Amino acid sequence: MSELKVPTMAEMMASGQQPDVLFWVGCAGSFDDRAKKITRAFVKILNKAGINFAVLGTEESCTGDPAKRAGNEFLFQMQAMGNIQILNAYEIKKIVTTCPHCFNTLKNEYPELGGDYEVKHHSQFLQELINDGKLTVEGGSFKGKKITFHDPCYLGRANDVYEAPRILIEKLDAELVEMKRCKSKGLCCGAGGAQMFKEAEKGDKEINVERTEEAMETKPDIIATGCPFCMTMMTDGVKIKEKETEVKVYDLAEMIAEANDL
Amino acid sequence: MNISIISFIALVLVSIGLFAKNVKTIIRNIKLGKDIDRNDNMSGRFSLMAKVALGQSKMQARPVVGILHFVVYAGFIIINIEVLEIVLDGLLGTHRLFSPLGSLYTFLISTFEVLALLVLVACVIFLIRRNVLRIKRFFGKEMTSWPKTDANLILITEVLLMGAFLLMNAVDSQLQNLGSEHYTQVGSFPISGLLIGVFQGISEHSLIIIERSTWWFHIVGIFAFLNYLPYSKHFHILLAFPNVFYSKLTPQGQFTNMEAVKKEVELMFDPNADPYAAPPEPVGEPERFGAKDVQDLTWKQLMDAYTCTECGRCTDVCPANITGKELSPRKILMDTRDRLVEVGKGIDKNGKDYDDGKSLLRDYIKEEELLACTSCNACTEACPVNNDPLSVIVDLRRYLIMEESKAPAEWTGMLTNIENNGAPWQFAQADRLKWKDED
Repeated sequence: MSELKVPTMAEMMASGQQPDVLFWVGCAGSFDDRAKKITRAFVKILNKAGINFAVLGTEESCTGDPAKRAGNEFLFQMQAMGNIQILNAYEIKKIVTTCPHCFNTLKNEYPELGGDYEVKHHSQFLQELINDGKLTVEGGSFKGKKITFHDPCYLGRANDVYEAPRILIEKLDAELVEMKRCKSKGLCCGAGGAQMFKEAEKGDKEINVERTEEAMETKPDIIATGCPFCMTMMTDGVKIKEKETEVKVYDLAEMIAEANDL
Repeated sequence: MNISIISFIALVLVSIGLFAKNVKTIIRNIKLGKDIDRNDNMSGRFSLMAKVALGQSKMQARPVVGILHFVVYAGFIIINIEVLEIVLDGLLGTHRLFSPLGSLYTFLISTFEVLALLVLVACVIFLIRRNVLRIKRFFGKEMTSWPKTDANLILITEVLLMGAFLLMNAVDSQLQNLGSEHYTQVGSFPISGLLIGVFQGISEHSLIIIERSTWWFHIVGIFAFLNYLPYSKHFHILLAFPNVFYSKLTPQGQFTNMEAVKKEVELMFDPNADPYAAPPEPVGEPERFGAKDVQDLTWKQLMDAYTCTECGRCTDVCPANITGKELSPRKILMDTRDRLVEVGKGIDKNGKDYDDGKSLLRDYIKEEELLACTSCNACTEACPVNNDPLSVIVDLRRYLIMEESKAPAEWTGMLTNIENNGAPWQFAQADRLKWKDED
């Protein structure tokens, strides 16, 4: 087991240090078994690149995104104000997160409530690390693999981030194959709008099955995504289709970490 | 002044008066919505309007239909220059008032004829798509008999109007050939010229009757069509412009932060607030959280509803709808419009404080529809006139949860977890960093 260096803001403050960037882990990244692997992969990259970062640790709390999308604005703003108090007390300027829902909420909905930060999704952050020469990526085990990228709605349509994830996949020397519905026309995995936390309404198909079938049409080796909730939905979809031996679902951070033998 | 001029003046006055009255009602209805400031970034708004409304950029996502729609739109607008001549002829008792323009006149009318033919062909193709090919998105449960009839009426009217225009020119040319008095020699035109043969051998008297009939049919048709707009989805030809102009300019994923909630939450977080202070006397009616009825929505959301042309692009890309759920974003906006029209009629009849006891929520839109939304923004991305059905869904959800405490049991659990332990699942906040030591 490799030892991860994960300083908390409290520790940093106690020793009089200030990180360059705060890693906002998110609830899925903290508690969901599959998403925790993404969190660890991303931290391995941060450690390797020597990034001066910190996490809030036990001081982090839900951004309020699922409450807001479900319609509970009151609970959302309670969460937001609480988080903003902590972030502002630590004088946080820059945040990176592996969750597009946290990304959207922190970046777009917090400023009006007094929380103004530079917020990056980890795909953008990783692309910057590569551009700045702090991280090098070679294809490794992904060389020549067929990878299709599922655009998370809250990264793509919601915030117009389409290129960064694709640039990362190309850096892996992999073959990027697009689904019929991609980028601004990408089909949701079915988890957004707080659907993750309830059974779907009555219908004739699950959304994640519809999306997985579309991904399968590209005959991929890997379905890549950049969202812990899309990860759950696509992984389940692949299982339902009984394709889990042929097709793997990975987060961008996991692939970059693995390509670096981390 | 002869009888035809008098009847024409009456036609113009009645048409414009009636149209103005109906437009006033629509504006009044839109203003029933709550205020929202959309006057920032004027230059950005103008360029967005030029691109999306005038340039129809989002229609081009489906190129074949996009081009055909552009033909109908451009054709219809440009041909309306001809209507100016027709109106002036009607008012002054002249015939082809602009003909002294000479070769320019020939060029203009020839252009109009080519466009008229293109519009006619495009409309026929549209009719085939709707009624023969039966394209899926023109159906669906909200496309009841009236929306289907409305769409067909619009297309048939445009075919008839364009047909009358071409026929009128053809008969006119034949009358010129016969040297009929009053029919100015302007020569024949490229499309109607092909039809002249049909009218060979018909007496001058009959031809004049046909020419006058088509002339009157064309202009009465146009005024009738103008007055049909306020009752039809076709009103989008006017509202598309302001509707795109007042679009939401913030990132699509950004939802509004409700001001009324902000005030209360700020008070709770204020360390100087006296916890034992009596709440301030409420001024006026307490504000409703979220939307139950159309008056709880903003004027922009209501404008969206009137602008919707029921094309169904939103529903066609909606993940919930694709997988057979009850939700259809098009229905959300059509319901909003139908309810608003109903509320407006109630006000006209019974005064502005009239309450019919009905509401948009439940009488029109079911909870099941609202709960199916993944907030993925596919609908807003697809809408050619930048409508935002998602915001209406969210406002209705807000009412359900904050005013009625009504949520599926799983959501109640999720919300309680966030409240108690800062995560949607039941994990202790103290365990948030455990991932660090696991592998």
